[in-house]
Amino acid sequence: MSLLHTINKSPFESNTFDTCLGYALDGSTVLLIEDGVYAATTDTSAAEKIKNASSGVTFAVLGPDLQARGLEGKLADGIKVVDYEGFVNLVAENDSVQSWL
Amino acid sequence: MKFSIQINEGPYQHQASDTAYQFAKAALAAGHEIFRIFFYHDGVNNGTRLAIPPQDDRNIVALWTALAKDNDLDMVICIAAAQRRGLMDADEAKRQGLDADNIAEGFRISGLGQLIEAGIEADRLVVFGA
Amino acid sequence: MAIKKFMYVNRKPPYGTVYALESLEVVLIGAAFDQDVSLAFIGDGVYQLTKGQNTEAIGQKNFSPVYSALGDYEVTKIYIEKESLEERGLTLDDLQHLVWEDEDEDYAEKDSIRLVSRAELADVMAEQEIILSF
Repeated sequence: MSLLHTINKSPFESNTFDTCLGYALDGSTVLLIEDGVYAATTDTSAAEKIKNASSGVTFAVLGPDLQARGLEGKLADGIKVVDYEGFVNLVAENDSVQSWL
Repeated sequence: MKFSIQINEGPYQHQASDTAYQFAKAALAAGHEIFRIFFYHDGVNNGTRLAIPPQDDRNIVALWTALAKDNDLDMVICIAAAQRRGLMDADEAKRQGLDADNIAEGFRISGLGQLIEAGIEADRLVVFGA
Repeated sequence: MAIKKFMYVNRKPPYGTVYALESLEVVLIGAAFDQDVSLAFIGDGVYQLTKGQNTEAIGQKNFSPVYSALGDYEVTKIYIEKESLEERGLTLDDLQHLVWEDEDEDYAEKDSIRLVSRAELADVMAEQEIILSF
């Protein structure tokens, strides 16, 4: 069973990102959306944690949310950019979805 | 594949409804089916027909209504959450002796069982909230 | 009707926002559908279960007694994340003692609460088919 985790909160405002990392097992995907995209930007502790996370966990960010916030050029390495169609595909490819609200 | 969607936040205050809308549109475009969209918590406020956003802003309620119309979507507003927050359809307003109703076209009011059923009947449930 | 694994993930404390109360309402209604239900309390969600809540002076209804009725609704798998409790300086003694009666064992009273580590709960979460987050 593979799980898609979505995070919609800034890692600077809430510990949701850290909590989610504890739940992201190998084979799962973590998708950053809305204010969650700030975790995907360079020179942040969150991006560092993504870099050091298990290679079995896939990290993705919702491109439209990154663009909206003016941070497309600040995308950290190791994070896949998806659009809404890609979001839909991730939901379909995984067995279930946990939204870290 | 069959999706259900749960929306926990009202329009404008939080991006949840916008994201859910873009997600639903993309899912339909990719050929998926949407079994039901369930509005809960402040999410029930997505279904008021009395919202008038500025002309240069998106009209979230109208977007949902149009998407539902074009794709024959089942959009359900939770009755318990709706009654707390003053969302009424005509029947309920009459039953409660109220002088107005405010449900937008394409939405219907029903019980929480519809959310559980949405989870049972769909292949995936995706929750959007705060 | 198919039986699915449903998990309700509770991460918000009560009273400050309505999520805890309205999540509980879903759990109660959902019980009628005879699904395989688990509740998870993570982060501030563990505050929903503290003993001795008294809401009189804030003018809200105290809904904490409802949790002790969950066993009667056959909601018997209540997972509490150990790390969340510890971070908050709490132990199980600070929480309500939730039980259910096992019909198959002459209505023996059993604990509903399962104190599990984050890693253990991650495994349980990964087995779920439907996750409702509040």
